[in-house]
Amino acid sequence: MGISVEGANKRFGGFQALDDVSIEVPDGSLTALLGPSGSGKSTLLRAIAGLEDLDSGLVTINGENATGKPAQKRGVGFVFQHYAAFKHMTVYDNVAFGLKIRRWEREKISQRVHELLDLVQLPGLADRYPSQLSGGQRQRMALARALAVEPQVLLLDEPFGALDAKVRKDLRTWLRNLHEEMHVTTIFVTHDQEEAMDVAGQLVVMNEGRVEQSGSADDLYEHPANEFVMSFVGEVNRLGDHFVRPHDMEVVLDRDERSQEGLVQRIVTLGFEVRVELVLSDGTEVWAQLTRAELQRLELRESQIAYLRPVQAKSFNGSSPSLPDGASTPLGSRDGGDAGLPAAV
Amino acid sequence: MEAQPANLPAPTASRASLRLPGIGTGVGNGMVVLYLSIVVLLPLAAVGSEAFSLGLGHFWEQVTSPLAVKSLKLTVVCSLVVVVLNGIFGTILAWLLVRDEFPGKSIVNAVIDLPFALPTIVASLVLLTLYGSDSPLGIDIASTRAAVVVALMFVTLPFVVRAVQPLLLEMDREMEAAAASLGAGNFTIFRRIIFPNLLPGLGAGVALAFARALGEFGSVLLFAGGLPDTTVTSVFIRNQVESNNLVGASAVSMVLLLASLLLLGCVSLIQRWSARHV
Repeated sequence: MGISVEGANKRFGGFQALDDVSIEVPDGSLTALLGPSGSGKSTLLRAIAGLEDLDSGLVTINGENATGKPAQKRGVGFVFQHYAAFKHMTVYDNVAFGLKIRRWEREKISQRVHELLDLVQLPGLADRYPSQLSGGQRQRMALARALAVEPQVLLLDEPFGALDAKVRKDLRTWLRNLHEEMHVTTIFVTHDQEEAMDVAGQLVVMNEGRVEQSGSADDLYEHPANEFVMSFVGEVNRLGDHFVRPHDMEVVLDRDERSQEGLVQRIVTLGFEVRVELVLSDGTEVWAQLTRAELQRLELRESQIAYLRPVQAKSFNGSSPSLPDGASTPLGSRDGGDAGLPAAV
Repeated sequence: MEAQPANLPAPTASRASLRLPGIGTGVGNGMVVLYLSIVVLLPLAAVGSEAFSLGLGHFWEQVTSPLAVKSLKLTVVCSLVVVVLNGIFGTILAWLLVRDEFPGKSIVNAVIDLPFALPTIVASLVLLTLYGSDSPLGIDIASTRAAVVVALMFVTLPFVVRAVQPLLLEMDREMEAAAASLGAGNFTIFRRIIFPNLLPGLGAGVALAFARALGEFGSVLLFAGGLPDTTVTSVFIRNQVESNNLVGASAVSMVLLLASLLLLGCVSLIQRWSARHV
């Protein structure tokens, strides 16, 4: 059950948008497709919805082969980044659209539409036109429209991408709660790792048309499969072959055999968090994440010499940054080599 | 004038402060009114006063004379037929130009404007050569009502195409994807999503084409001739002037003028309506 995609390929002219992609989305889960722009995540989502034809590959929705099916018959609710509101219709008619197509009775439609408008917290706006709504309201209307036809799966393509930061945060909390209530299998696409980790139970990280890794947010953060995942999910410093999270960089004032010398270039205080930017003797620029208390204890100043000790580092020697061709990525993790505490590089 | 940062375009609100050098607002307004008066308003007023110079009763007599009514009927019916046909085919043409790729598309796109640029008397001659008594196609419709329709179709073709085309270009294609995922088939998507969004452009294009067709003179003149059965209102007006019935000519002109004003009003209503919803 749920959604599965096997060996999906899609080429646009000379651009390989999807390169042998396979994913597995459990029934009732909330999954994020995470990746930079051009990574193929939106194309994959549209292929699941039937809005894009695959060159090859198999799409299965709730155990049924949906590969050749037109979008109309897939039972998919789709929410677009730019709302795709029917701007010539009122909010009511937007939400009722799918129900009218299904020839519901007038009273039943009216009842369902008002239920949904309550659910998405837009009661009383039924007679407005989309142009009279804010971005956040429009997107909630689009969500109500998609949910109206009781889709088997809900697909959201960067649903909060066009909204400002505050509305984004409110809406993602709200989406998580909504999913708790409805339990409809949901995939949502985002390029924002914080958003993905906040909302989704599981993440699929994509890059250059391939799946790099799937798993829970903790899995990806603690056990990234490769350099790409490590640097995309969370911040990272590179020290030679090793990758160190900024909060795993210890800053000390005394040299020892495990530490590296660096010149403090800039100290940025962001409330509780402090960013200390250093340049190493070989010219590498790194930064360490400290607390305010740590900074005060060290009495660190800009332009002074300090020593860096990586508490925990990873190296991906021997494993290429991308997965081998044809590898289906099971949920769970592909662990990178855990280098423990390396000596100074 | 306030200085704007060089890399930012001046905001719209400050446009009012941009003036032609050496001309104050009052002088500028005066010039606009004067220019409009000389070119448009005074001649219209002259025609109006001429039309009513022998009283309202005489005006009415002229407007309802059998020949005037016949020409007005012919003009309105032919214009209606023409805008319906051009409404349909203009939309299809615009659709093909925006959504389809075919060889020679840019040529077709350029040719559509030809009726705008071509002197209408030349258009009339072209149509006469093609569909006249010496027609290479063996189709002779010269001096018939069909000729009126064909001539009017020719000159009003660009209106609908050029009004619908930009709306199709700017239309959010995701609306169609959204409708499809909600279960709507292609026909329903066109009827419920695409067509309503084209309607403002289609309406404005049709209204402008209708206004143009009502007053068309040159293209009809040679091709349809001035026979009793093919005398459109503009030709009727010319005939009245030639037979020294200036009052009659002015009276019928007033009817055309009123119709044009009404249509312009329709266009601006349509545009206001669509500005509110889009």
